[in-house]
Amino acid sequence: MNEMTGTPIAHAPGFIANETPRIVTARFDYEDSHTLERYEATDGYQALKKALKKTPEEVHDEVRDATLLGRGGAGFPAGVKWGFCPPGVWPRYLVVNGDESEPGTYKDRLLMELDPHQLIEGCLIACYAVGLSQCFLYIRGEMAVAQERVAQALNDAYGAGYVGKNILGSEFSVDIVLHWGAGAYVVGEETALIESLEGNRGMPRLKPPYFPASIGLYGQPTIVNNVETLANLPWIVQHGADAFTAIGTESSPGTRMVAVSGHVKRPGVYEIVNGTTTFRDLLYGNDMCGGIRDDNQLKAFVPGGGSAPWFTPDQLDLPFEASQVGPQGSMLGSGAIMVMDETTDIPAAALTLTKFYAHESCGKCVPCREGGTWLEQILRRVVTGRGTARDLELLIEVGETICPGEFPHAAVPDKGIEAVPFPYRMTTICFVGPSAFAPIHSALTLFREEFEAKVAGNETRTMIEVAVDV
Amino acid sequence: MTFFTDENLALAEEIIGRYPKPRSAMIPLLHLAQEQEGWVTDDAMTQIGELVGTTSAEVLGTCSFYEMFKRHPVGKYVINICTTMSCALMGAGDLMKHAESRLNVKSGSTTPDGLFTLEGAECQAACTEAPCLQVNYRHQYRVTTDQFDELIDELALSDHDVPDHGVLSQIRQHIPEDRSVGAVPPEDVKVAPVWFSEDGGS
Repeated sequence: MNEMTGTPIAHAPGFIANETPRIVTARFDYEDSHTLERYEATDGYQALKKALKKTPEEVHDEVRDATLLGRGGAGFPAGVKWGFCPPGVWPRYLVVNGDESEPGTYKDRLLMELDPHQLIEGCLIACYAVGLSQCFLYIRGEMAVAQERVAQALNDAYGAGYVGKNILGSEFSVDIVLHWGAGAYVVGEETALIESLEGNRGMPRLKPPYFPASIGLYGQPTIVNNVETLANLPWIVQHGADAFTAIGTESSPGTRMVAVSGHVKRPGVYEIVNGTTTFRDLLYGNDMCGGIRDDNQLKAFVPGGGSAPWFTPDQLDLPFEASQVGPQGSMLGSGAIMVMDETTDIPAAALTLTKFYAHESCGKCVPCREGGTWLEQILRRVVTGRGTARDLELLIEVGETICPGEFPHAAVPDKGIEAVPFPYRMTTICFVGPSAFAPIHSALTLFREEFEAKVAGNETRTMIEVAVDV
Repeated sequence: MTFFTDENLALAEEIIGRYPKPRSAMIPLLHLAQEQEGWVTDDAMTQIGELVGTTSAEVLGTCSFYEMFKRHPVGKYVINICTTMSCALMGAGDLMKHAESRLNVKSGSTTPDGLFTLEGAECQAACTEAPCLQVNYRHQYRVTTDQFDELIDELALSDHDVPDHGVLSQIRQHIPEDRSVGAVPPEDVKVAPVWFSEDGGS
């Protein structure tokens, strides 16, 4: 065990332990956390045994009662999502979304590398509860180590009788197939993930009608769950929904993993209490990030992955609670916080995100395919001092072809700007297009003077060297 | 068309057998082809089409969508420097400039000795350890310019454990025959699984 609370552990770079109850990271302290031996020695596969003594419906009820919110980004309750499979349509499948790629997001990779059996047990519980007869565990292509750890864990779990035919001597049988991607951000969107798993270009499908729970993989009812969501299931089944809802708040119970990166003293992945922990606790708490680097002032932060509208110090006291963050103009998304201190060149910072989404557009929807590229090119000329005042208007005009109407943003009390609540309207199938506009819109709304200085030629510094196109 | 070695052909058939529809094996087989050759050749795509029951054009369609599949030879080591926000805030741009000068190639190019391909990449899910890079999809964290130089020296001398480009997971999934439930085409399944009572289902 690592006894030093708050110190990164050598074998788990990125993860920092704190005083929060640990539901999904409990085994991260052990160097052999990924092995079957360690898993079995620490309550591993006990929840599966417990679940198999109940009916599938009872297990489903337990998960529904726990109000386990999906941890992938949308935050929809998993137990409710499971209930959307139409009765009498068979087979049903489970697709595990391990294609973690949202900028700033970094938790599912740790869960796969450091505790793969916990994820496998979560998959088994979901399959049992919903009657899913085959599971496909889709891991992002660029995560070679996660693929190795999960492959080894699956081989060991098959060998020990936890996965496959007649699991633990019961009638419950399910194969878990390890599948992996090949580098495409958009595949993290659940319908694009299914397209990719069918061997196609990873382009999203229109919803409706293609809600995976009714028309998913091969046109069959399919549950798509995020890695962290599934990793919570063994604990919930083992300790009960009441124990889970005793942590956090009624509408956001349990814990969640968040990654804090950028200009903080101790960037890291933390497991925090959902619903009550505030951004201030996280960024300034001594057992968490410990403040801004060099004791600088905080300028802005992205609260929920690269797609999320930005916050400033005025929003620091908001908790990790969707019902409070939404009205203030952003979202909790995938649990990724990117922090910018006072030295940050805001237009250049926005460009590092817009270029990402422009690059990752799959090309299916014209407003995203064309608009994303336009946004990137216009912003790039502004950032490099070749822009004009007209370009600042043009950025908004192009953005409005992707997201018509008011776009969500935070309040700026000093400037008399009021918050516009989340979400937004969109002309695209998925969120890649709007996400190219989100950083530009936030940066321009909250820090317009920095853009004006760039186009007036008064501002020539480039604090962030924005790397070449990828 | 024969592209795969006998060993890899057996592996390809094992992989196809895990899916209810063979086409689902397309991406895993493209990875296998890349593992064998270092990049995806036309012959590989033709044979993959035959194996999963589609045309080579369809295989090319899928292949060309995904960043990791290279349709031309690349270096033994593909170095991807993350350039997205968290890494950019922590100096990825400077690291990229240094890398271009150290390797004497522009991002997107391969060194004349065929050892290194340098690429800018998007977020690699190691944002707290910025700036980060990957060598053949294995992470290096908080990379300074000195550490970058050391890394290049080690790779050039093969003093490291990074497999050649194309090799992804070095551990393969194997489902033992006596434990396998087996994949069934969806149209052949009409009823709920035996453990799941339709009445009790949701």
